[in-house]
Amino acid sequence: MPVEIDIVKVAALARLALTEEELDTFGSQLGDILEHAERVQALPTDGVPPTSHPLPMVNAFREDVTAECLDRESFLRSAPDTAGGQFRVPRILA
Amino acid sequence: MTGPDIADLADLTIAEAGTGLRSGDFTSTDLLAAVTKRASATEAHLHAYLTLDHEGSTRAAEAADASFAVGEDRGPLQGIPVALKDNMCTLGIETTASSKILDGWIPPYDATIVTRLKAAGAVITGKTNLDEFAMGSSTENSAYGPTRNPWNTDRVPGGSSGGSAAVTAVGSALGSFGSDTGGSIRQPAALTGLVGMKPTYGIVSRYGLIAFASSLDQIGPFSRTVEDSVLLLETISGFDPKDATSINAPVPNFGGSLGRGVSGMRIGVVTEFLNGDVIDSQIIAATRGMADKLQDAGAEIVEVSLPSTEYSLSAYYLIAPAECSSNLARFDGVRYGHRSNVEGTTEDMMSHSRAEGFGPEVIRRILLGTYALSAGYYDAFYGQAQRVRTLVRREFASAYEQVDALISPTTPTTAFAIGEKSDDPIAMYYSDLCTIPSNLAGDPAISVPIALDDAGLPIGFQVMAPALGEEVMYRVAAYVERLAGFTARASLATSEVVAP
Amino acid sequence: MTVWEAVIGIETHVELSTESKMFCSCPADAEGEPNTACCPVCLALPGALPVPNGKAIEGILKIGLALDCDINESSIFYRKNYFYPDLPKNYQISQYTFPVCEHGHIEIDVDGASVRIGITRVHMEEDTGKSTHVGDGDGRIHGADHTLLDFNRAGIPLVEIVTEPDIRTSQEARAYGAELQRIVLALGVSDAKLEAGSMRFDVNVSVRPVGAKELGTRTETKNVNSLRSVQRTIDYEIDRQIKVLEAGGEVRLETRHWNENTGVTTSMRTKEESEDYRYFQDPDLLPLEVTPAWQSEIRSGLPELPAITRARLATLGADMIAAGVLADSSDLAALFEEAVEAGASGRAAGIWLTGEVVAYTRRSDVAVLETGLTGGRLAELTAMVEAGKLSSSAAKKVLIAVLEGEGSPEEIAESKELLQVSDITAIEAAIDHVLAENADAVDKIRGGDMKPFGFLVGQVMRQMGGRADPKVVRDLLTDRTAG
Ligand SMILES: [Mg+2]
Ligand SMILES: [Zn+2]
Repeated sequence: MPVEIDIVKVAALARLALTEEELDTFGSQLGDILEHAERVQALPTDGVPPTSHPLPMVNAFREDVTAECLDRESFLRSAPDTAGGQFRVPRILA
Repeated sequence: MTGPDIADLADLTIAEAGTGLRSGDFTSTDLLAAVTKRASATEAHLHAYLTLDHEGSTRAAEAADASFAVGEDRGPLQGIPVALKDNMCTLGIETTASSKILDGWIPPYDATIVTRLKAAGAVITGKTNLDEFAMGSSTENSAYGPTRNPWNTDRVPGGSSGGSAAVTAVGSALGSFGSDTGGSIRQPAALTGLVGMKPTYGIVSRYGLIAFASSLDQIGPFSRTVEDSVLLLETISGFDPKDATSINAPVPNFGGSLGRGVSGMRIGVVTEFLNGDVIDSQIIAATRGMADKLQDAGAEIVEVSLPSTEYSLSAYYLIAPAECSSNLARFDGVRYGHRSNVEGTTEDMMSHSRAEGFGPEVIRRILLGTYALSAGYYDAFYGQAQRVRTLVRREFASAYEQVDALISPTTPTTAFAIGEKSDDPIAMYYSDLCTIPSNLAGDPAISVPIALDDAGLPIGFQVMAPALGEEVMYRVAAYVERLAGFTARASLATSEVVAP
Repeated sequence: MTVWEAVIGIETHVELSTESKMFCSCPADAEGEPNTACCPVCLALPGALPVPNGKAIEGILKIGLALDCDINESSIFYRKNYFYPDLPKNYQISQYTFPVCEHGHIEIDVDGASVRIGITRVHMEEDTGKSTHVGDGDGRIHGADHTLLDFNRAGIPLVEIVTEPDIRTSQEARAYGAELQRIVLALGVSDAKLEAGSMRFDVNVSVRPVGAKELGTRTETKNVNSLRSVQRTIDYEIDRQIKVLEAGGEVRLETRHWNENTGVTTSMRTKEESEDYRYFQDPDLLPLEVTPAWQSEIRSGLPELPAITRARLATLGADMIAAGVLADSSDLAALFEEAVEAGASGRAAGIWLTGEVVAYTRRSDVAVLETGLTGGRLAELTAMVEAGKLSSSAAKKVLIAVLEGEGSPEEIAESKELLQVSDITAIEAAIDHVLAENADAVDKIRGGDMKPFGFLVGQVMRQMGGRADPKVVRDLLTDRTAG
């Protein structure tokens, strides 16, 4: 059985402005994929710890020293909109 | 006097080219001219490169020649033309990850791999096509159009590193680099008759690699021979303080056992990957045939069952999308990349920029990952997938208590037709069935071409080894290469289109 | 009529004053031209990766140990996923389960009584960029038509300190904030400047009928940036919530904004659908393992904490108020200790230091160590006062001159002729003179009306040019006017 999902909510959470049609298509494809993915639930995993990282390493730190920063122009020139050395975005509240 | 035959130079291995450069038979500039000529003859058919950096590569070749002239030698890649998958950041050179959302983006920095290649005197020819953000197994999901297989241009080259596979297969670079999250180097290597390897997680820095799934992604090389693979990997490996997941230990001697043969080794054939329901019968036959040859050569071949691998695909298609949904959140139209013209708030701008900028496969995986991490579903999906990942790792670990290496087919099929699987995501996902477990485990694995199928398409053979077991992996792979005696070249590399 | 009680919890964000940011090598200094302290990592350029700052980890361990927390031997960085333009990655690297420190507490003093506030957790995270709202909204987000983003601050290490809902009054909340600030300053891990935002409070408030077990619905007022505002915010919210409930309404679970000018909180009107942060372990970062050895190394390097300093200064004789002020300034505390060592009474030294000396340094904007005052000179001054050699007003003049660097108290009192006259014959002569001129006043006093007595003292002091010991004058006058 395909998994029923609230695709409108998921798309909103992912900040993807999809059309009705896209929502339908993705919704049903996701349902099928998740049906397949649900197989993982068949394996008994009581007491099995999760793996987030393939190697058992800990504590990678950096010395607290500064290094040169990027020249502002080197990244602002790729920005969609800027003003006075800052990134500019539309109003935040409706 | 006639100059060197530059068409032939494009067909050299890196080791051969290195010898020629050092003995003064030809220059790096000659090599670059040869691969550039090959690119201009084949690109119209393949579309493997997204960007050719003529200026930068010319300068690098000249610099390499100047180094050779004064006897300065920075290692086996000095003066060698290599290509990079377009998900590795290159200072001043457009980097798109094959996505419209990054169309025209010029990184202000180099990925660590780029820094190392430059320091080694390599000549970076350009940036190769991929499935958008490395999500796919055919290089059809590129916003800039698909790459075709140089063995048969109606077929896919595999993916996601299909562009890097195609350029090395056709000779428009002597070697290339891809990234492998679930098989994205090994699968295209298998489909294009190349050696392609994914290193132990943490050996090669990910800094500057545009992330797909951070806990699975690794950069690795494409080459025509196992020996070249070692040379490429050696140059890019080692601890990087800019990547917290990079292993802070001396790099093992990858090539130390090349040529030692397999006599006395115990090698396991993974029984789950010889299942005729999911693997093509010609591929099974070729794999078994190679196993027999290894046995004849003195290896002890045993059957090894890894039952959890059956669940690997499902676990992978939860873990990778979950990580990607978060990794790709930064593409929001604020600081770089595509911004929608939609009227409204910043949130509207972000949502439309993302929907306009990402292709369908990327959107599908972001949605899948967002769902798998969301409240109420996390434990059943993402959490369970991570526990399954632990089981897969444990199974591999206990297998390696019995055997030195594992072998299997690399892919369930040889190169499939363009368009054949594009409407069926799950069928496409099955392409990575045999390659995904090594990513989940973090172990090294390599694909070596061993034969052609009835359609004249290459078949890849996978060798897997425990973490940091590259030396063992290469030892077996080199012997497989020798036993297979695979010398066929992609038709496009030898056809009249490349003739002068 | 219902009697209400408030339940208050505070989340405090403290920016650590490391050299570099939490996950990259950009300077952790948000000053300067916008976007000049940025790199691929803190701008979240494609491909960039975070590497944690070891010094910041030390900073949070210091805070955790100072708050008596348990340190988790293994703790984990999570991604807190939400989209906001000032958050470059659109996730914040933070902690979720397994923070670095948990289960601590802090003792505060409110009206002489000690109150214990539980600390739920202390975790490590990173700051966001800075938004400037441009348009009709007077710099506020409401009514702005666009927003400018500066990422200099993005990635500065932040420590979040969360209390249990143990606080009951706005006064306790303020005392908690003040004590936390003192601790952080004493540890030297942050400049803890409230006005600059390097320490800021989110205040959770709910009310319930006294005796009720269940908690009421809470509101969270974000980014309150002074101790006074913490107190006012809470007073306002308690009052508002009680009014809402008494009018039969319901308090809404929401985020509110404190407006310093109007003195009210307003609803932020952000989306009220509960946020789904999709926390998961950051695959770019390794677990943080704090071994017992590392823990004890940090613990042994901790400085004396303010509560201990206060107690120690009090045992040296400083009164409660002076001990508090002295403990907040290591320079003053050091002077105090020197003075006591040199024989000064702790009480007097404390009063002089926290009164006249602090006032002088503020007035003339100099550090106390740059003045001419030493512990020895302060002890000399208090001894002179005690011996009756200086009147309190003369002592003030002498102290100012010492601060100005004019010499030792003895030298100054001498040269400025401020030493008190205790020579009885001189004073008696002056009294004779005054009594002769004010016979009627003497009559009144002898008739039982004591009013003119003070006047006579004043006249004698005047006659003496202010240099007589007023106690001696009083005693002699009492004798001479007695019937
Ligand atoms: Mg926080
Ligand atoms: Zn930075």
